Amino acid sequence: MGESENSYAIQMQGVTKRFPGVVANQAVDLSVERGHVHALLGENGAGKSTLMNVLAGLYQQDEGQICIFGEPVNIQSPKDAIELGIGMVHQHFMLVESLTVAENVILGLYPTGLVINERKVKQELRDLADSYHLNVDLDAYIWQLSVGEQQRVEILKLLYRGAKILILDEPTAVLTPQESDQLIDILHKMASEGKTIIFITHKLHEVMDFSDRVSVLRDGEMIDTRVTSQTTKNELAKLMVGREVLFNFQERAHERGDVVLKVENLKALSDKGLPALKGVSLEVRAGEIVAVAGVAGNGQRELAEAITGLRRVQDGRIWIRGVDITKKNPWQVIKAGLSFIPGDRIGRGLVPNLPISDNLVMKVYRKPPISNGPFIDYQRVEGFSERLVDAFNIITPSVKTNARLLSGGNQQKVVLAREIDASSGALVAVNPSRGLDIGATEAVRKTLLEQRDQGAAILLISGELEEVMQLADRIFVIYEGEFMGELDREEAAVEEIGLMMAGEKRERRTDEISQSSGGQ
Amino acid sequence: MNIVLERRLEKARWAVVIVPIASFLLALVFGAVLLLAFGINPLQAYRVMVSGSLGDQYALTETLVKAIPLILTGLAVAIAFRMLFWNIGAEGQLAMGGIGASYVALFLSDSLPDPLTIPVMILMGMLAGALWALIPALLKAYLEVNEILTTLMMNYIAILLVEYLYLGPWRDPEGYGFPGSAPFPQEALLPRLWGRVHLGIIFAVLAAFIIWLIMNRSQWGYEIRLIGENPRAAKYAGIDAKRNMVLVMLLSGALSGLAGMAEVSGIARRLYQGLTVGYGFTAIIVAWMANLNPLGVVFVGAFMGALTVGGDQLQVAMGIPAAVSLVLQGAILFFVLGGWVFINYRIRILRSGKQKQAGELNE
Repeated sequence: MGESENSYAIQMQGVTKRFPGVVANQAVDLSVERGHVHALLGENGAGKSTLMNVLAGLYQQDEGQICIFGEPVNIQSPKDAIELGIGMVHQHFMLVESLTVAENVILGLYPTGLVINERKVKQELRDLADSYHLNVDLDAYIWQLSVGEQQRVEILKLLYRGAKILILDEPTAVLTPQESDQLIDILHKMASEGKTIIFITHKLHEVMDFSDRVSVLRDGEMIDTRVTSQTTKNELAKLMVGREVLFNFQERAHERGDVVLKVENLKALSDKGLPALKGVSLEVRAGEIVAVAGVAGNGQRELAEAITGLRRVQDGRIWIRGVDITKKNPWQVIKAGLSFIPGDRIGRGLVPNLPISDNLVMKVYRKPPISNGPFIDYQRVEGFSERLVDAFNIITPSVKTNARLLSGGNQQKVVLAREIDASSGALVAVNPSRGLDIGATEAVRKTLLEQRDQGAAILLISGELEEVMQLADRIFVIYEGEFMGELDREEAAVEEIGLMMAGEKRERRTDEISQSSGGQ
Repeated sequence: MNIVLERRLEKARWAVVIVPIASFLLALVFGAVLLLAFGINPLQAYRVMVSGSLGDQYALTETLVKAIPLILTGLAVAIAFRMLFWNIGAEGQLAMGGIGASYVALFLSDSLPDPLTIPVMILMGMLAGALWALIPALLKAYLEVNEILTTLMMNYIAILLVEYLYLGPWRDPEGYGFPGSAPFPQEALLPRLWGRVHLGIIFAVLAAFIIWLIMNRSQWGYEIRLIGENPRAAKYAGIDAKRNMVLVMLLSGALSGLAGMAEVSGIARRLYQGLTVGYGFTAIIVAWMANLNPLGVVFVGAFMGALTVGGDQLQVAMGIPAAVSLVLQGAILFFVLGGWVFINYRIRILRSGKQKQAGELNE
């Protein structure tokens, strides 16, 4: 009965959530109108996910009140949230890979021992899926589905449980542009049917494309809520970061030099022992950034690891400045002058429980002046670290602070500083700005461009199309371990890259080549 | 009301000092209750323990005698634990060290120049311990066999091998059937410095300093730290974790082997039953209580030595059953180790969301 009296699906008032040492949300007010698509925008660590987790019952607020459809509620658990009609699609899907779509949807809904009328359930699911354009095969196993399809299963799951409010946490992070378009369609369809949708993002163009309203969080506080059609990207960026942001980096005018990194017909297996790289070849010259774009999980990780000696090369060869480094161990690759910014900075790039200084010398501790015979001169380590902290503008109380305590942006700067310092002009970078906020992303990308302008050869492996378009001189698109084609940045169109990311081979270029060769 | 443990962002400096002391006092209170239940005056019992372990020259030297093997095996365990190799086989490695040294003393000393006997015994003891540790290290590094199981089980092989030797082929023919090897010749005995305290005390302190130097000042120590904290990052930095695993275990086994050598050569002066009385297991506690810090191991090793000697005195002087003094030791360890939680965590008392809201409505 409350539903008809109140046009707000969600009203949060003065919600505060604290974690040890941080206030994730400080007296946040948020109102979301029924039937709207509402974007929750903010940098990493702004408190978006925390706020939504409070709503979904995963966390409980320390202070503040929540009303759902006008009724004050006390959400103690995800079960409470579901009963109130609130469902959340998390960044990491909660699906059982070895079960079918239908089985996943009904999992946990019925007490065990009862016979499930499978035909009836499936018919209901099919109707539901049809009415929201949720295109999935109910009998397919989860492991057979693409990420986009799995996301649709998650949404279907929530709808079947009667969700009236759907929260999506960075829903497009794992999608191709085409899949993102389909998702937009689904979201609008759901909104038009009266569902209320909140999606968390830090991408401005999504806010502009998807949403009716947008609320901006910064440092755990609610900055403002705007009608999307009455605001601009620039205004939102300013609200989010708290200052003006540069969107376009300077146009490049630089010379390409000799080939620094050369990869020929490289093959490698995934962790599961399946072919992950099926023979890729590329060259990176001094003074250029070559990007490998693609949806995560198409061989990018294996490519980076094979080049840096961390993964066994099955076949093919790799050279740095003409020196064969195929099948060399990581230390020999480091000695050959190749630096590596791994995609997983906490898991691989850093030792979180050791001081920044220990992290900064990871690539140089074997050499004088840092080392003196078998001993490390820790005074020199400190001096060296302080120099890098200054040069790369790493914000930290001291070089003795554990890396774990830095923000994501500053952690990435530690990795960058170390790798650029140790590099002899060859760099492999995997998703260098993933998970960073706008300010830090800008700093990281600028650093890479500076390095390129100083003559570094950079192989950028990135799932972020915006980053690829911003930085790369040439672009390869990888799909299931193969390059779908190569494009110059000037001629590359996002739509075309998107198609290639989804597995469309690039035919035009070969046509052009055959035409031009035919004409000669 | 909810009570939760929250992780501290950084170790609290004051807590590092206060918590162990408070834990120790709590353990004494707990022990007092226990002793009262047995009808024993706790103050008197504690006085006996203190005077029995520190009160006079004899007590003090006996405490140091126990501290020697505890420090050496404690160091052995600590360096392995530093790189997340769970070596709980110090007892077996100590036993093998005892066998190696005994072999030299019993069968080679005649053909060795006298001044060389001790150095060769040290060498053989350390080598035997290292080789015993090498087996689980290789199994773990190259076949990924769980080292907890292999090191644990190899203890029993070594312990029973010692028993076989002193009861069987190495038994003293003139020993009137008592278990044990023949006494070592004079040149195979570690010189005693003070009471029964022998040269091994110097080895122990020196070893602690060297290990500290390795861990905190050398490239190798840096690599061990990296591997221990994040093996994937270590690999990324070009560090060969397998090779280091093997090297660290060789060192770990050698330290325990040295402890075994010192025991047979400095205390029993023969291969005997009392060689494997659990130093290698207590070493695990020593290592953790010292927070894997080599210099800390020296002090904790001495403390544990005192606890052992004091506990023995409790039996002798007050006729308290052996089990009671063991319970008392256990309580102290329990409280001190349990107290570490408060160095990394703090307690926070929460009012639940429900009560919070109710409270606000009342306002």
